[in-house]
Parts: sequence; structure tokens; C-alpha cells
Amino acid sequence: MSRKSATQFIAFWLLRLVCYTVVAATGYIILDIAAKGWPHLSWEFLTAMPRNRMSAGGIWPAIVGTLYLVLLTIALAFPLGVGAAIYLGEYARAGRLTRTIRLAIANLAGVPSVVFGLFGLGVFVIFFNFGTSLLASAFTLAMMILPVIITASEEALRAVPQGFREGSFALGATKWPTVRRSVLPYALPGMLTGSILSVSRVAGETAPVLLTGAALSAAMPESVFDQIMILPYHLFILATNMYPSQVYVPLAYSTALVLLLVVLGLNGVAIAIRYVVRRKHSF
Amino acid sequence: MRLLFLVSGVSSIVIVCLILLFLLKDGLPFLARYSFWSFVTGTTWAPIAIAAEFGLLPILAGTLTVTAIAIAIGLPVGVGAALYLSEAAASWERELVKPFIEVLAGIPSVVMGFFGYVVLGQVVRSIFGAPVEHNALTGGIILALMAIPTIVTISEDAMRSVPKTFREGSLALGASRWETAWRVTLPASASGVTAATMLGLGRAVGETMAVLMCTGNAPVIPTGVLQPIRTMTATIASEMGEVPYGSTHYHALFMVGAVLFVLTLAINTAARKLIGRFHFRGR
Repeated sequence: MSRKSATQFIAFWLLRLVCYTVVAATGYIILDIAAKGWPHLSWEFLTAMPRNRMSAGGIWPAIVGTLYLVLLTIALAFPLGVGAAIYLGEYARAGRLTRTIRLAIANLAGVPSVVFGLFGLGVFVIFFNFGTSLLASAFTLAMMILPVIITASEEALRAVPQGFREGSFALGATKWPTVRRSVLPYALPGMLTGSILSVSRVAGETAPVLLTGAALSAAMPESVFDQIMILPYHLFILATNMYPSQVYVPLAYSTALVLLLVVLGLNGVAIAIRYVVRRKHSF
Repeated sequence: MRLLFLVSGVSSIVIVCLILLFLLKDGLPFLARYSFWSFVTGTTWAPIAIAAEFGLLPILAGTLTVTAIAIAIGLPVGVGAALYLSEAAASWERELVKPFIEVLAGIPSVVMGFFGYVVLGQVVRSIFGAPVEHNALTGGIILALMAIPTIVTISEDAMRSVPKTFREGSLALGASRWETAWRVTLPASASGVTAATMLGLGRAVGETMAVLMCTGNAPVIPTGVLQPIRTMTATIASEMGEVPYGSTHYHALFMVGAVLFVLTLAINTAARKLIGRFHFRGR
């Protein structure tokens, strides 16, 4: 082997090693949580209230709290995000306003989640007087995932061929009927995919909820003004604030596994929708 | 309808302005009670001491230390993996490995923090002889793992957008594939790789739960990477729950949030400027 190809051989093997180290680390984290979380997982763990300072019983209120939070957040963010995307994709002309909106979206996407938490605390908890509640948390998270929904929805709109719009205009339809009948129905699956991906982020988010609505321990929420338990915060508390750790770490592992399944499951659903839709509509 | 969409479109601008406004509204009163100079040059963060001190330097140093560790590990690993996937891997291999690395990005930060807290901390302690399990290095490694998917995805896109003719020219002159990857593709995609690193950096600076759990929660200026530290984000998340509304401490935490906001804004703006440059259109 020449010196040149020997160098190449070694260099590519080193890079391969680096690449598969990342793959191995990912696999190890998931397997570690699956293996140590599985033994304690049971029907009771999923459906019972926590008892005896969280050392017995289950995580039902945290599952329900996460579910409520996710649904309310998406209900608030989806219409606004889709509206903004329709404006940017179908109505806006290039100009200063459009540039400013795009800049704002990009900046919003980069704001740290804990800063959103402070914002939610200042605006929704105190200024609007929602108190630390499910509603305040959902509003805060809705602001946070807005850029993701806008970007995904705009991409979905862009994927609808221009001919669909032109055909509608040619038949004498005006702007809004064209968007409603000839564009939106075909863009909707793509919008949903992007939104489900952002929902998986909501389910795993901790810091903003910690500042605006999460409770260490709460009864089942009965109104949007109640504090809630959520899976990520419950995991945090079990892992770092409860002693002795021999009792609580196994419970934390099972909670982590449930959270991981929820988040990766949502991602899987989104990818499946995208796959099915791509095969059905290939323009 | 147009008006309705315009309003949703403009909402992003409104939200960014509101975030800034509320951070300043609750942050500026701090400067009325505590001197700006002592805030930015203070070396002690002791908010509940009788003579309370709010020195930014320890928690700023904490943030910078973990971020530096995360980039020192994440940059070579992420770029190496991207170079492998783009230049050496077979296409079926790339199609399998890339989504798998993206799964890593989907793991919630509290789960990554939990893994660092119970597993990685012990590893760091036994390999490097750290005095405690939770220190800057443990947090830095977890942050590196969280930044790597971003770095890999964007770097790989940048490398693949380097025109084929660049590579063909290099190969035609007798360079090996490795020499082409190292001397042609990598330099040609440098601005994309830098942008990827900056976005990873922005994420690392703003990350909260993982560093809160893994870094040992000690707001002191570190003298080594094996010492426990605390970041700005972790300070907000861990102290906000216990401060009385309207106290100096409360306003100090909002001020820290404003500093974080500005810091991440600067990093992300720089990243975006670079991203705009890495496409080789029309060549």
C-alpha cells in the first residue's frame, strides 16, 4: 500500500471511529434508561397517584399534566403559527416588514428556554394574573414553539405547486378562497408533522414550566388555573431532591423511560405521517 | 382575511419586543438597588446572605467554562462525524446513521441531565479522579452530546453543498479522497461549519436542566474543569422558586436573564450571518 493510501486508510478509520462513538453514546443512553427503567414499570406505576412521599404508587398525575400541557400549548400555538405562515407564504411581499418578521422569528428561536420561563412569569403569571398554572405554562410554551410551527408550516405551503394557485385564480377565485381550497388542504399534513415535532419538545421541556406552573406534587388538575405535575419535573425531583437515592433513583429511571417513550413516540408519529403523505401526494 | 394573517405574522415581532420589555421591566429595578459595577465585576454570588451579594462573574464563568468544554469536545467530534458521513460513508450508511444521531437531539434535556447525574458523573469521577461526581466536566460532556447533533447536521449539509467540481478538480490533480476531504471540502465548507458551531454554542449557553443537574450547583469561579460550578441558567432555574416577588434577588434574576438574552442573541446573529454565506449558488 502506498503511503498516500495508508494515510487515507488511517484517516477514514479515525473519522469512522469518531462517528460511531456518537452513535454508540446515543445507543448507550437509550439502552441504559430502557434497561434500568423497565423493571419498575407496571400498570400501577402508570395509573396510580404517587403515595408515601412519592416512594410508592405511580406517576399518573404527571402523565395527565404533561398531556394537558401539550394539548393546550398546541391549541394556542397552532392557529397563530399557521396564520403567520400563511401571511409570510401567501400574502407578504418582499420588503422591510417581511424582513423584520423573519428576523424576529429567527431571534425567537434562539432565546433560551429559561428566559422564556422568566418572560412567562412576568407576563402570564403576574401581569395577567393567571398565577402559577397550567394556563400560564401553556402560553409560555406556545410562544416558545411558535418559530418551529411557522417555519414548518411555511415549508409545507411552499411544497404546494404554484399551478394549484394559478388554476384557482384562472377560474376567477380571489386570494382567500384559493388559499383555503387549493393550498391549505395539501399543506395541512406537512403543517401537522412540524407541529407534532414541536409538541415532542413541549413534552420534554422543564425550565419554563418550572417557573410558571409546575408543582412538586399536585392533585389532578380540575381547571386551567391549577398547578400541574409534569413528567420532566417529576423526574428532576425524584433524581435530585429525594433521599435515600436507592429508593428514588429506580423510580426516576422508570419516569425517564416513560418520558423518553412519549417524546420519541411523538417524533415517530410525525415521521410516519410525513412518509405516508409524501407517498400519497407526489406533485 | 388578509388583516387576520398580517396580525399573526406580526405576532413574532410583538413577542420578541415583549420579552425584551418584560426582562427590562423586572430587571432594571435591580440596578436601582445594586450598583451596576458591583454586579458585573462582583466575584461573589450570595443572594441570601445577610449582606447579600450579586456578583455576576462566578455564574458567568460557570456558563463560559461548561460551554468551552462542550465546544472543545463537540466541535472535533461533530465535524469529524460530519466529514465521515459526507466524504467517506456509503450512502446507505449515511441514511442510517444520520437519523440515529438526530434521535440524540430529540432526547429531552432533563433526561440527558439525569443520565449525567447518575451514570456519567461516576465515570468522570473514576477516570479523571474528580473530587465530586457533578462538576464542570460532567456538565460539559453532556452539553457536548446535546450540541453534537446540531453540529453534525448543519456541517454535513454545508459539506454536501460544496460543488462536485471542487472535488473532481482535486481528484483529477492526483489527490486522494482523504486529501480532497481535508484540503478541499473542509476549507470550502468552513463558514457552514463555523455557523453550525455557533448554533451549538447558542444552545449550550441557554441549556438549563442538564447543567443544573450535572455541574454541582456551586456558584464559585472555577480554577479547574473538575470543580463544581453553576451557570447563569441554572441559577435562575434553581433560585426563582424561592424568591419573594419584588425583592432585590427577584430583580437580580431577571437581570441575569437579560444578560443571557443578549448573549444568545449575539451568538445566533453571528451564526445566521455565516449561514447565509455557505451556499455556492450559481458557480
